[in-house]
Amino acid sequence: MGRYVARRLLQMIPVFLGTVTIIFFMTRWLPGDPAAAMWGDKAADPAQLAAFKHDMGLDVSIWQQYLNYMGDLLTGNFGKTMSGRKVIDVISEALPVTVRLALLAFVFELVVGVAIGLFAGLRRGKAFDKSTLVLTLLLISIPVPVLGFIFQTVFAIQLGWITPTVQDSMNLGQLLLPAIVLGSISLAYVARLTRTSIAENLKADYMRTAVAKGLPKRKVIGTHLLRNSMIPVVTFLGTDLGALMGGAIVTEGIFNVKGVGNALYHAINLNEGATVSGFVVVLVLVYLVASLLVDLLYAVLDPRIRYA
Amino acid sequence: MRGASQAKWVVAAVAVALAATACGSSSGSSSTGASNAQGTFSYQSTEPQNPLQPANAMEVGGGRVIKTLFKGLVDYDPSNGQLRNQVADKIETTDAQNYTVTLKSGWTFHDGTPVTAKSFVDAWNWSANVKNNQINSDWFSDIQGYTDVHPDAGDPTAATMSGLKVVDDTHFTIALTGPVSYFEYKLGYTAFSPLPEVFFTDPAKYGQSPIGNGPYKFVSWEHNKAITVAAYDKYAGVDKPKNGGIVFKNYAQADAAYKDLISDNLDVLDQVDPTDLSSYKNDLGDRAVDQAQGAIQSISFSLYADDWKGANLSKVRQGLSMAIDRDTITKTVLNGSRQPANSWVAPGAMGYKDNTCGEYCTYNPEKAKQLITEGGGVPGNKITVLYNADGGHKEWVDAVCNSIRQATGVECTGDAKPDFKSSRDLIKNKKVDGLMRTGWVQDYPLNANFLRDVYGTGAAANDAGYSSPEFDKLAAEADKATSVEKTAELYQQAEAQLAKDMPAIPLWYYKTTAGYSKNVQNVKYDSFGDPVFTQVEVKQK
Repeated sequence: MGRYVARRLLQMIPVFLGTVTIIFFMTRWLPGDPAAAMWGDKAADPAQLAAFKHDMGLDVSIWQQYLNYMGDLLTGNFGKTMSGRKVIDVISEALPVTVRLALLAFVFELVVGVAIGLFAGLRRGKAFDKSTLVLTLLLISIPVPVLGFIFQTVFAIQLGWITPTVQDSMNLGQLLLPAIVLGSISLAYVARLTRTSIAENLKADYMRTAVAKGLPKRKVIGTHLLRNSMIPVVTFLGTDLGALMGGAIVTEGIFNVKGVGNALYHAINLNEGATVSGFVVVLVLVYLVASLLVDLLYAVLDPRIRYA
Repeated sequence: MRGASQAKWVVAAVAVALAATACGSSSGSSSTGASNAQGTFSYQSTEPQNPLQPANAMEVGGGRVIKTLFKGLVDYDPSNGQLRNQVADKIETTDAQNYTVTLKSGWTFHDGTPVTAKSFVDAWNWSANVKNNQINSDWFSDIQGYTDVHPDAGDPTAATMSGLKVVDDTHFTIALTGPVSYFEYKLGYTAFSPLPEVFFTDPAKYGQSPIGNGPYKFVSWEHNKAITVAAYDKYAGVDKPKNGGIVFKNYAQADAAYKDLISDNLDVLDQVDPTDLSSYKNDLGDRAVDQAQGAIQSISFSLYADDWKGANLSKVRQGLSMAIDRDTITKTVLNGSRQPANSWVAPGAMGYKDNTCGEYCTYNPEKAKQLITEGGGVPGNKITVLYNADGGHKEWVDAVCNSIRQATGVECTGDAKPDFKSSRDLIKNKKVDGLMRTGWVQDYPLNANFLRDVYGTGAAANDAGYSSPEFDKLAAEADKATSVEKTAELYQQAEAQLAKDMPAIPLWYYKTTAGYSKNVQNVKYDSFGDPVFTQVEVKQK
C-alpha cells in the first residue's frame, strides 16, 4: 500500500509538469497581444507598449518565458497579473469560494443521488424507479445555464425567497442554490449509476447468503449491498470533484459568485496567461489528489482489491 | 435506511436555508421623494484592469472609479457637455500654445494636504514618463519636452517636461509644442488629475488605496468583488455629492446585474444586456433610461489595400453607405438601442452638426446601385466585414450585409474573428482586406476628438489608413484657432471632406440603455454613459 501511494505520487510529477507545459503554451499562443489589448480600440503608444512588455516579461522569446515561468513555479511564485497583483493572491481569494461551492454541490449530489439511486434500485420496475429514470434523464438533458436561469427566475424574481445573485460569496446558505444547480447534472448520473449497481448486486450470491444468515435488513443493505455497489459511483464522484471545481464557470457567472470560474473568465478575457495557468495548476493538483483518493478508496470498499 | 433519512434532512435544510437567505425585495421604498444624504447606493461595475491611478485607467472598470475620486482643472457639465472650471480658477492663453493656469484655493486632497500647482505639475511629469508605465501617458504629448520623458525608444533623458513651470502655489504655466486650441477640453480627462505628495513615496501602494481630491474618497477595494467610496465632506468642487457614497459591485455577466436590479439588490445599472433589451422598459417603467451617448459605430474601409486605392472608389463607398437601411436595423436587430447616424460626430459633442453625411447616409437602393456602377463597381463584386465575435456584433453585421446584398447585389459576408484582441491585431497591423467594424467613444465632448484623432493622417485610431491633404489642412487650421468655438466650426469643414471621401461609413450612435432601482432617484447619465454619481439621491427608507 505504502509503495503504491509512493509510486502514484511520483507518477503525478510528469503529469503535473506536462499539463502545466501544455497550458502555458496554449495560453501564450492565443491570438492577440495582451499588452496591446489594454489600449482597447485605440492604437497603443509604441514606447509605452514596449515598456509594458518589458515589465511583464513578455519581451523575451516564448522559450525563455517558459523557463522563467517554470523556474518561478518551482519556488512557489505564480507570477503577476497585468494589474500588478500576485496571481497567488487572486487564487487564494477565489479558491475558498469555489471549494465551498463545489463541496456543497458534491455533498448534495452524493447524498441525494445515492439515496435516490438506492431506492430506485431496490424497487426496480416500480413507480419510483420509473419516475427516477424519467426525471434524471430530464435533468441530464437540461443545460446548466437553463437550469440556473429557471431557478433564478422562480426562486428569486417570482417567489422572492432569495436574491437573484449571491451577495456574499463566502456565505454557505447563499451558495446553496448555485450548488444545487451545479450538482444537479452529476446528481442524475450518480443516481443512475447507483441504481444500476444496486439492482445488479441484489442478485449476487453474497446477498443471498447474507439474507439466508438472517442478518437484519439494515445490515444487508448498508454493509453488503451499498458498500459493494459504490465502486463505480466513487470512481465517478472522484473525477467529478475536479470537474465541479473547474466547471463552475457557468454557474458562477449566472449567480455572480466570486470564485475560480469568475476569476478565470476575467483572466481569459484579458488574455492574462499567468493567471489562467496559475488556476489550471491548482485545478490539476485537485484532480490528481482526487483520483488518488478514489484509487485508495477502492481498497476500503472492496478488500479483494490489493495494491502491489 | 440511512440514505432515506439523510435525503429528508437535505430537503429540509434546503428549505430552511432558502428561507434564511431570503432577503426579500425592499417593497417598502417610499415614493414621496425624500432623500437620505448619507445613504449609499450600488453600481454595476467590473474589476479595474490596473491599479487606481488617474493616468492608468483607460477602461471603464477603473476609469469611472477614478472619476469619482479625482477632479482636475476642469470637467464637463453633465447636463450640456460644456466645459466648466473645477480646481482651475481660470486658464488663459493668447496663442493657443502657451497657457497660464490659476488655481482656486481651498481645494484639499482626502488626506488633508492642499492641492497646489505642484500637485498638477509633478503628477503630469510622473505620468508622462515612459518608465512609470501609465497607459494614458500619450495624453501629455502636446506638452513641450514630452519626448524627453517619453522617447520613442530607450530611456528618458529628463525627469520633467520643459513645458511645465510652477510659478507659485496657485499658478503654473503650460507650453505646448504647437497650438492646440482645444487643449482645455483635453484637460478634463482624468489623466490630468493632480496627485498628492504621498503618491510619490510609494506609487504601487497608492494604486491599491488612492488618495484623490474628488467628490468621493476611497474606502476599500475588495478585489474582484467591490470598490467602495464615500462622500468627501471637504470637497470644494461645484458638484457636491447628494448621497453618502457608492459601492461599485462587480458583475461578470450583465444579465446577473440586471436580475439584481429588477429585484432592487442593485441600485444603478451600467448597461442593460442585449438579451433583456426587449423587455427592460416594461420591467422598469419610468426607471428605464434611454439616452444619447458620445460614441459612434462605423464600418471602415481598408484604404491601404489595393482594392480600395482607386480615385473613383469613393463613389463606390458612398454607394455602399446608401445601401444600408439604418432605420430598420436599429429598430429591429438592435432593439432601438442605437440611433441611426448621419454624421461622423456623435450628438452631444460640441461642434456636432446634423446630417454632414447628407444623402449618403440615407437608404436609397437605386442611387446606391447607380453610384457603385459610376465608381467602377466593388472590386470582385464581393466585400467582407471584419468584426470580433465576442462583442455581440454578429447580428447587426449580418443585417448590414443583407441590406447591402439586397439593395445592390454586391456579395457581402461577415468575417468573424474570435475575439476583440485578434480582430484588433489585424486592424492595428493594417492587415485587413476589405471592410472592418470600427467605433469611437469620445474622450472629451468636442468634434475634434471624433475627427482629428480618427481620420487625421497617421492618427493613432486611424484604422482605415485614411490620408487626405484637404482634411489635414483644415484640421491643422482648426487646431490653430484661438477659441474652441472657432475650432469646432473649422472641424465641421474638415468633416465635410469625409462625406466626399467616405473612408468610413457612419452607422449609428450608441445610447445609454440602463435603469435604476426603487431605492434611488434623480439618476441621470452623462454623454460618457456614466451616471452623474454626485446627483443620485438615495430614498429615505
